Amino acid sequence: MIADIGYISLIIALFTALYSAVAAVYGARRDEPRFIESARHAMLLTWPLLSLSTVALVWLLVDGQFQIQYVASVTSNSMPTYLKITALWGGQEGSLLFWAWLMSAFAFAVSVRKWDRDREFLPWVVFVAMVTLLFFLSLIVFFENPFRRLWMTSLGEQVTSMLQPAGTMPLIPADGRGLNPLLRHPGMIIHPPMLYLGFVSFVIPYAFAIAALITGRSDDRWIRITRRWTLVAWLFLSLGLVLGARWAYDVLGWGGYWGWDPVEIAAFMPWLTGTAFLHSVMVQEKRGMFKQWNVILIVLTYILVILGTFLTRSGVLSSVHAFAQSAIGPMFFVFIGIMFIGSGTLLISRWNDLRGENEIPSWFSREVLFLLNNFLFIVIAAVCLLGVLFPIASELFTGMKVTVGPPWYERITAPLWIALLILMGIAPLSAYGRHSARALGRSIWVPLSLSLVVPIILAVRGMRNFAAYAGAWSLAFVVAVTLYEFWRAARARQRRHSENILRSLLNLFRRNRRRYGGYVIHLGVVLMAMGIIGIEMFQSETQATLAVGESLNMDRYSLRYDSLTQFQVPGRQQVTRAVVSVFQDGKFVGELYPRQDFFPDAQQSMTIPGLRSMMDADLYVLLVGWESIGLEAATFKVYLNPLVNFLWLGAVVFILGTAIAAWPEKDEEFLPRKTAARMAAAGI
Amino acid sequence: MRKRILAGLLAFLILMMLQSTLAVGAQEEQPTDDEVNAIAKKLYCPVCENTPLDVCGTQACIDWRAEIRLKLSEGWSEDQIIQYFVEQHGAQVLPEPPAEGFNLLVYILPVAIFLVGVWILVKASRTWRKPAEEQFAAPQVERDPYMERMEEQLRRRQEDA
Repeated sequence: MIADIGYISLIIALFTALYSAVAAVYGARRDEPRFIESARHAMLLTWPLLSLSTVALVWLLVDGQFQIQYVASVTSNSMPTYLKITALWGGQEGSLLFWAWLMSAFAFAVSVRKWDRDREFLPWVVFVAMVTLLFFLSLIVFFENPFRRLWMTSLGEQVTSMLQPAGTMPLIPADGRGLNPLLRHPGMIIHPPMLYLGFVSFVIPYAFAIAALITGRSDDRWIRITRRWTLVAWLFLSLGLVLGARWAYDVLGWGGYWGWDPVEIAAFMPWLTGTAFLHSVMVQEKRGMFKQWNVILIVLTYILVILGTFLTRSGVLSSVHAFAQSAIGPMFFVFIGIMFIGSGTLLISRWNDLRGENEIPSWFSREVLFLLNNFLFIVIAAVCLLGVLFPIASELFTGMKVTVGPPWYERITAPLWIALLILMGIAPLSAYGRHSARALGRSIWVPLSLSLVVPIILAVRGMRNFAAYAGAWSLAFVVAVTLYEFWRAARARQRRHSENILRSLLNLFRRNRRRYGGYVIHLGVVLMAMGIIGIEMFQSETQATLAVGESLNMDRYSLRYDSLTQFQVPGRQQVTRAVVSVFQDGKFVGELYPRQDFFPDAQQSMTIPGLRSMMDADLYVLLVGWESIGLEAATFKVYLNPLVNFLWLGAVVFILGTAIAAWPEKDEEFLPRKTAARMAAAGI
Repeated sequence: MRKRILAGLLAFLILMMLQSTLAVGAQEEQPTDDEVNAIAKKLYCPVCENTPLDVCGTQACIDWRAEIRLKLSEGWSEDQIIQYFVEQHGAQVLPEPPAEGFNLLVYILPVAIFLVGVWILVKASRTWRKPAEEQFAAPQVERDPYMERMEEQLRRRQEDA
């Protein structure tokens, strides 16, 4: 019954989206506002419809209705309720429904905004949003229906179908297979929704860009409308990536946080193009340039969002053959092709209208530096795409399976990252328009000389690693520039308004949230880069098998294996847990409990590290194996991850900066009144 | 004849003993876990994609690590062991495609991408100067500072919150 309700509302949503897209185009072409309004209402309706569908599926999951195939495949009786809810995005069908539901929620939000001034955009925004939703809904309804039930034929065969096929009996398993244990982690509860929110909210700026292309508006209106949408999308995507990294660090048990895995890169690519977009739209707003480029960037971001979902959902990554077998793979392929060609054709037709309003005045202007930033981000994104697609191409053309792993990505992107860091240092010092090399040089010398102090200190302290010098210097440079910028602006304000310096600093943020939020993001990036350099260049590891009472040494630490216990969490996993005493320079500093959990329902085990976390380094201890009889000996793998906590700290600063930049401007609300007052003063 | 057989037997025995002492010698120098991991790190699990062999927890990988240990104790070098795994399981055990044939592309293309990007930048930067020149040639409309201010205020007012 509940499944039927969910399924029926899914189908109604499909037709509603179809109607909405058609009515929007018809209304726009025939200039019939009634149809456009009707299309908007239909778009509004998709959200409650899909909410009903989603709630129905969650209900089934929580209630343990194992006749529903999806429920049986991702939940089990022993799972706590909160995990049963998160199982909504724990499998293919559910996560597609979740995607569609979020899409409809964003469509809802965008349709209730004030449209008075942008009526001409409305039908096309509705059209793009609904075509995207329609695509996902047709995938769900026709290929990946999460409400399908299990049936048993008289021959004992198991079939899945929505309605009872003739000659079958309902098949109700006593228990489900349970969620993949790796996904039973608090990080996994919020990581996928954040990524999906980031993915889905990029559809909105894309929809406006397409609307601007179709209606022929060549000004920056679409960018101004979607500025906050883009920042919010970017915020969620960043959060999703960071949470994913932390989850990997805590759960996957390989001492790292990022493995250049295609699934990770799939989410990273739209972030790269999105970051380029965030920067270059500022140039269009300020100088009316890069119009064509901005459209290209948002189209790319949208395509990469769909491609990211495609890569992770179609099975194409594991093998070309899995792609051919999955029904949704080719569908995605066709959809991406259509959207790419459609957007490209539109852009070419408007190419001349979108020429820049200004010339590039100087090679040292902010415009040029932003352009370089964009160039680097796009090259990195292209390299990532190449790395993800190459194994597929290799298998297709030569029949040989190859791995494109971390060493390849690191070697190729490392110089690009360093260039980006240095650019991040220089750009805030530059100005729009005619900015000469000499002017740039004048403002650069203070932070530049400050930043040189850091490598000197490192050299005095005896570090002998050229790459680390380069890294440390570029980080110091960015920090120096950013703090210098804050100081300069706050001082200027302080003089003008005679406020104290703290108040000036606060007002800076209030006056120009995007700019100063952006600088906070830059500081976050520096901290994260410190963490990355620390763990990538200075990580050390060792592994040894110890008898009870024996120790192993790692840098300044000594670890003593004290005991090993095994116990069963009732109805759930079987835990093997070691107790390890940690001594630092011979002094006892605490115990760690590395463990391995075995999940019998999924026949999978999970290695959870014992972690001693300090600002200078993480001591990361894994229980790799043990003697099954007597539990006398156990094998431990120990990593020392220097500075890794700067990565997490930096991520927090980064997110904070994004939140500052995306926060609604309070002043804007009062702007009309102020303007009115000014007008009155001017005697209008 | 009997002497020969005896001599042969003796030689065989001596050989056996020698071999066992050799084996004991090798056992005494059992490769450490770290030595095994150092090689396993450079190999990728052929079963679970994109997981280095040193951190993979599946039974297959445990067996492969044992194989590395065995080869090490037999005196194989790192390169020999890696080569052996490539022969056994294909090039996908390497962290990067071997630089030959079709796979050369994966090393050439990033450079090509970079160069094409530079070329596009240079091309585009030329066209960006053009419209401005055209604009310059077009008759300038007299700008009214009052109207400009009005427009500016209107624009700001209409900006979305």
